[in-house]
Amino acid sequence: MVESNIWVFAEQRQCRLADVGLELLGKALEIAAPIGWKVAFVLVGHSLNDLTEQLLTYGAHEVLVADHPLLSSYCNQSYAKVLENAIRKHHPEIFLSGATAMGTDLSARLAAKLRTGLSAHCIGLELSSERKLLAVVPGWGGNILAKIYSPSTQPQMATAMPGVFEKPQRRKPRGKIIPIDANITPEDVTYQVLEIERGEIQEDTLERAEVIVAGGWGIGNKEEWHWLEKVASVLNGAVGATRPPVDEGWAKEGQMIGQSGRTVHPKLYIGVAISGQMHHMVGIRDAETVVAINQDPQAPIFEFCDLGLVGDYKEILPPFIEAVKQYST
Amino acid sequence: MRTIVCLKPVPDPKHWSQLRLDPKTKTLIRREIPSIINPLDKKALEAALQLREREGGEVVVLSMAPPNVIPVLREALAMGADRSILLSDVAFAGSDTLATSYVISAAIRKMSPYKLILCGDQTLDGSTGQVSAQIAEFLDIPNLMHVNAVETRQESGYRVRSRIEHGNMWVGVKPPVVLSVSKEMNEPRYITLMNILEGERKTIENWSSRDLLLTEPWVGLSGSPSQMAELFMPEARRRLEMLGGAPSEMVKRLADRLHRLGYC
Repeated sequence: MVESNIWVFAEQRQCRLADVGLELLGKALEIAAPIGWKVAFVLVGHSLNDLTEQLLTYGAHEVLVADHPLLSSYCNQSYAKVLENAIRKHHPEIFLSGATAMGTDLSARLAAKLRTGLSAHCIGLELSSERKLLAVVPGWGGNILAKIYSPSTQPQMATAMPGVFEKPQRRKPRGKIIPIDANITPEDVTYQVLEIERGEIQEDTLERAEVIVAGGWGIGNKEEWHWLEKVASVLNGAVGATRPPVDEGWAKEGQMIGQSGRTVHPKLYIGVAISGQMHHMVGIRDAETVVAINQDPQAPIFEFCDLGLVGDYKEILPPFIEAVKQYST
Repeated sequence: MRTIVCLKPVPDPKHWSQLRLDPKTKTLIRREIPSIINPLDKKALEAALQLREREGGEVVVLSMAPPNVIPVLREALAMGADRSILLSDVAFAGSDTLATSYVISAAIRKMSPYKLILCGDQTLDGSTGQVSAQIAEFLDIPNLMHVNAVETRQESGYRVRSRIEHGNMWVGVKPPVVLSVSKEMNEPRYITLMNILEGERKTIENWSSRDLLLTEPWVGLSGSPSQMAELFMPEARRRLEMLGGAPSEMVKRLADRLHRLGYC
């Protein structure tokens, strides 16, 4: 008998678990605890024994497992069918998954099957006093935040951006492993994965960094980008970027912070030559201290920072690096 | 073969900084922000036009929007779409992604047979990235998102490259299929004056809910499970302190502050 009220999709590809599933589990446990709800991890795939055991160490009350050879590689239609059957049978109140390549289209298909609402790419989750899921969703490039909910349909669904919530601490295994039906046929697998090209594995250095120095369009060209790396180096930090430097090739895609990039939680964020468009700023909402350096005193970033310096970064960063070095020695 | 491109007119992001919330009603004050073709949808249209150049067929642009978006549809026709269909009806107002996908899928069904449906991965304004997958679900056909290359194979349909975390996957899929494209897909063509004149000669058809075979009451506000509980601007909870003076003074004060905060 499945008892969990909140189900969290444990995304895996080739038996490698995505962090976002763990992050969502942490958040689900947090919102479930005050009202005594239970939380399940839902794992779909094939040959999952190692993962199943591992998942019990993150604090889920139940781990629901659909294991079938036809589920060995991800196809949205077969996975959605298995999840639809399980949800119709066990009626969870809430179903959460990551706003990843896999989670986005799986959840969308699943919500259409179940005729329920789906809040996309949320950056916050709350449970109202009526036990409705309120998802904080950025819109209009992050200029506006909305709380979205689906009061009259079940399950209430949301996808969350990776890096928004914290992974729970691992602990002594607890909970039950419960197999769920995987009644699928070869016809349910409607496309074939032919080949996976592994790109550069992007380390999650930005998500873990305590200090982030980020540059924007105003840096001007690739040759000047090294100043950010030098500042980051003396502060033991990492380098981030807004979209234009990534589009221009000054920075890597994995360094992009904001709505379509990463959500980061540094203690100190220094934005250099960044105008402060909301789609970037939404990615650094949780920073403890925000420093802005920009030539334009009217730049919007000055509305969202703690310490502001108006000036040319080329005149500010070199002496700043020296000053920091003096404190460090 | 018929390719259908789903295209959404979105408010031009150049004007988004003017967006404000009405302090009393908490609704969005949009003023008159002009519309553009959602950039990723434009790439979807470009992909459809390139496929037509290789394989022939017809490209139909489909849009669910109020009637004032005609100039945006004209631009799509100028780029080279053969037909344009506007789904416009007061009954559609307030549709969430589920209701929108349902209406669009009903319009697509009316255009059977079709081989390929192309969309952008997500729109600039809502950015939910849900509609392409939900259209496919309502049509009960496969879909792939984050597509950045499409190859045609004679016997077995399409070979599609789709971006995933840390790489790409190549997928084999048979038509009909819904593909949503990502920003690496292509660079949309420029429009010449000739193109614009050619676009003017094409007609824009308008379909209302009565033209569609809607079998369920899932349209508009009443057919939308998602609701907005609250709108708010990101809080400006930081207290700005400007560090003034000459560069050397600013730097000294900044380093001193960061030192006191324990960062250096």
